[in-house]
Amino acid sequence: MARYLAGRIAGLVLILFTVCLFTYLIFFKLSPDPALLICGKTCTPERVTEIRTVLGIDKPFLTQFWDFLSGLIAGRDYGSGANSVHCPAPCLGYSFQTSQSVWEMVVDRLPVSATVAIGAAVLWLLAGITAGLLSAVKEGTWWDRSVMNLALGGASIPNYVLALALQYVLVVKLRILPFPSSVTFTDDPVLWFQSYLMPWIVLATGYACLYARLTRANVIDTLAENFMRTARSKGLSPVLTMRRHALRPALTPVTTIFGMDFAALLGGALITETVFGLDGVGKMAADSIAKNDQPVIMAVTLLAAFFVVVGNVLVDLLYTGLDPRVRIR
Amino acid sequence: MTTAIAHDAQAGPSVGAPGAPATAGRRILGVLLHDRAALFSAGFLALVLLMALCAPVISALTGHGPTAFDTAAIDVDAGGLPKGSLGGISADHLLGVEPLNGRDILARIAYGARVSFLIAASATVLTTLLGVVFGMLAGFYGGWVDQVVSRVMDFLMAFPALIFMIAILSSLPSGNRSLLLVVVISVFGWPYLARVVRGQTLTLVNRDFVEAARASGASTAALVFKEILPNLRSSLIVMTTLAVPGYIGTEAGLSFLGVGVSPPTPSWGQMIAGSVSWYAVDPMYFAIPGLFLFLTVLSLTVLGDRIRAATDAGEAA
Amino acid sequence: MNELLAVQNLTVTLPTTRGPVDVVKDVSFTVGRDETVGIVGESGSGKSMTSLAIMGLLPRGAMTKGSIRLDGAELLHRTDREMRRIRGEQASMIFQDPLSSLNPYYTVGLQIEEMYRAHRGGSRKAARKAVVEALRQVGIPEPQERAGHYPHQFSGGQRQRIMIAMALVCSPALLIADEPTTALDVTVQAQILRLLADLQRQTHTGMVFITHDLAVIGSIATRVLVMCEGQQVEYGTAEQVFSAPRHAYTRRLLESIPRITDDLPADEVVL
Repeated sequence: MARYLAGRIAGLVLILFTVCLFTYLIFFKLSPDPALLICGKTCTPERVTEIRTVLGIDKPFLTQFWDFLSGLIAGRDYGSGANSVHCPAPCLGYSFQTSQSVWEMVVDRLPVSATVAIGAAVLWLLAGITAGLLSAVKEGTWWDRSVMNLALGGASIPNYVLALALQYVLVVKLRILPFPSSVTFTDDPVLWFQSYLMPWIVLATGYACLYARLTRANVIDTLAENFMRTARSKGLSPVLTMRRHALRPALTPVTTIFGMDFAALLGGALITETVFGLDGVGKMAADSIAKNDQPVIMAVTLLAAFFVVVGNVLVDLLYTGLDPRVRIR
Repeated sequence: MTTAIAHDAQAGPSVGAPGAPATAGRRILGVLLHDRAALFSAGFLALVLLMALCAPVISALTGHGPTAFDTAAIDVDAGGLPKGSLGGISADHLLGVEPLNGRDILARIAYGARVSFLIAASATVLTTLLGVVFGMLAGFYGGWVDQVVSRVMDFLMAFPALIFMIAILSSLPSGNRSLLLVVVISVFGWPYLARVVRGQTLTLVNRDFVEAARASGASTAALVFKEILPNLRSSLIVMTTLAVPGYIGTEAGLSFLGVGVSPPTPSWGQMIAGSVSWYAVDPMYFAIPGLFLFLTVLSLTVLGDRIRAATDAGEAA
Repeated sequence: MNELLAVQNLTVTLPTTRGPVDVVKDVSFTVGRDETVGIVGESGSGKSMTSLAIMGLLPRGAMTKGSIRLDGAELLHRTDREMRRIRGEQASMIFQDPLSSLNPYYTVGLQIEEMYRAHRGGSRKAARKAVVEALRQVGIPEPQERAGHYPHQFSGGQRQRIMIAMALVCSPALLIADEPTTALDVTVQAQILRLLADLQRQTHTGMVFITHDLAVIGSIATRVLVMCEGQQVEYGTAEQVFSAPRHAYTRRLLESIPRITDDLPADEVVL
């Protein structure tokens, strides 16, 4: 177990390192000079050089990359002497746009992304699994066909199209909901709920449709298994047969896929957050890309990769708990 | 898996013998021809494809190019809204015009379809090529080749692809955006196909007929092209048909976020992005490209789903 | 009335895309207490459908005609609730592939226990005791500990022993064994056959033994029913069927066996 975990964590660190390296490399090579960006309109060549020195981007690539990595682990100082700024670990640098600490920006915005992700996940699990289960049990009926066609349709709507359509119908035409705004739960719980409802629905629709299809397929496969015939031949009640013998084998793969999807969402629902103007990590990513704010782009890329690889390891660990045939060696 | 039901079903008159590949294709076609949803999807796709191919003809017939302004069609006093109801739909502009500049939406939809289909088709070809080559290499040779390919796949799949695609595209010079889009989509797309190809190759390599061919002295190339590749065909067809709508969606999404094809070349995602600030007052500007995008993705998905169902049924028989 | 099971003129019709098909046509046989009746036929001959009809486990839409009486009580056209009380309690079944017939997600102990409790009720403690006893009876070493293991942790032969333990835990009057040794190694086959014969002698269970392998039937059954394409082509004592097959199909089946086992003692197994 300890060996397995050590191996997995080493792999995790390796992947994160590679993501760092590639992201850094690409922005080092491709991006316009950030010093010019920061300097702004009233700029002199001396000022540009000064900024470069403070940021450390006058150094060769590998030195810069090393500075970034060590800053991430141990913190780093920008500049020298009286003007130096200490950036405590984990140091992701400072935004070129607002000079804020990137780490603090991320920490600030993560709750919004988490709220979006958790609410959507609850919705899509409830809707998707229920619909899939009913479809599987009523396989081949009118209900089954309608739900499955609906699921194909729902999975085909690009989420920004759905977002705009919902906003037009619910906010502009029917006036059921107010325009989404960034309020906290404690400030105004009703407005908070109303603001997040549309993002939740938009994000959940695509996933719910996929999960409905996945659940249906898994349940139908499980119902055809030989052990289901055994369970029936034992004289167990239909409820026990379904709940114990069919659901667990059918839903275990769904759980693992859910883990991966959810982890990916924590890294920010870029399009949904942008369309609804929610100040989460996803919108931060879009904004930073639009403004070429490299430290922020680095941070969001790294954060998203972190959630994906950690989610991957957690899902594998969870699987060993859910499926007795899977054991860690 | 032999259930009692499957067991005794053979008691009846023999149910559809497993056909040769050539008849399998015809059988799938037969199933699709009897499926109303599949027929509608194919019909809609044919229409959009025709629009894309005949985009210059459409422009010539209506007299409106995709980038030509038509100030006569908009109402400057109303803040640039199209004249008339429903976003300026008229005999002159069949699908209305864009607010502010009066560009013809029909022409832009037709030209936009060219971009969407070209990018999605090229990305599909490239991902399939990469996926098949790397997947078969990993599955066929195993050992360190497999290790390297699998690690690269893990890495690419752990990568936050959307953020990264946007970041790369936004920082690259906007020279040939279409080509860049294809490359970027393919680089992040091939592992999903390669993973399946690798798995199937692994099982095929150990199957009797491949071992028999190997034992009888067949060359590696003969093994790959005569024994393994033909057996991957049906899953490749299914995976690629299901990948196309995904790529159309990705292209539109990237264009929506402003890092896709650069204006004034029209693209559906870009049109939807342009409509964001107008959707409250001119919903048609949003609805038309949105509907085209939705229906195209839906049609491709339905077709892919039906083909998969037909191949699965064929394998079960 | 000495018969445990009496099947009379059983016809099973399944709906297919090409209209209804009779998968079992006019089949009649009886099983006495303490007796083993073999049903032989190729796959698709309707032998599995016959056993599923007895258990009331036919696929949805299946239609039945004729009569199946267990201990004098008619089993056909019962409600599902009534059949549930018969399944496992009065008649149980074991299947061809023990690995896929056991749920991989639960310990074998739980899978036996849930059946015991469904019929007998009572505390988990009493049920566990019955489980351990059942496992001991089928020759699983250290049954107390092994009850907590999962199906994949057992060998093929042990898994079939577990299936047998499960089938017998409520002491049913009738056991239907559907190709119970087909998926097993030859040596393990012999062990399982001997176990079934021994247990039958101890518990006086009537048994229907379904197989496509005439050689296996010769060693275990007193009477044999041969089925072909849903029809009963031969029915008689094992000796009659083996020494003087009346039907051409039976003769072909017999010819396909390398050695005929008519002159061997009943509990000797030749494979």
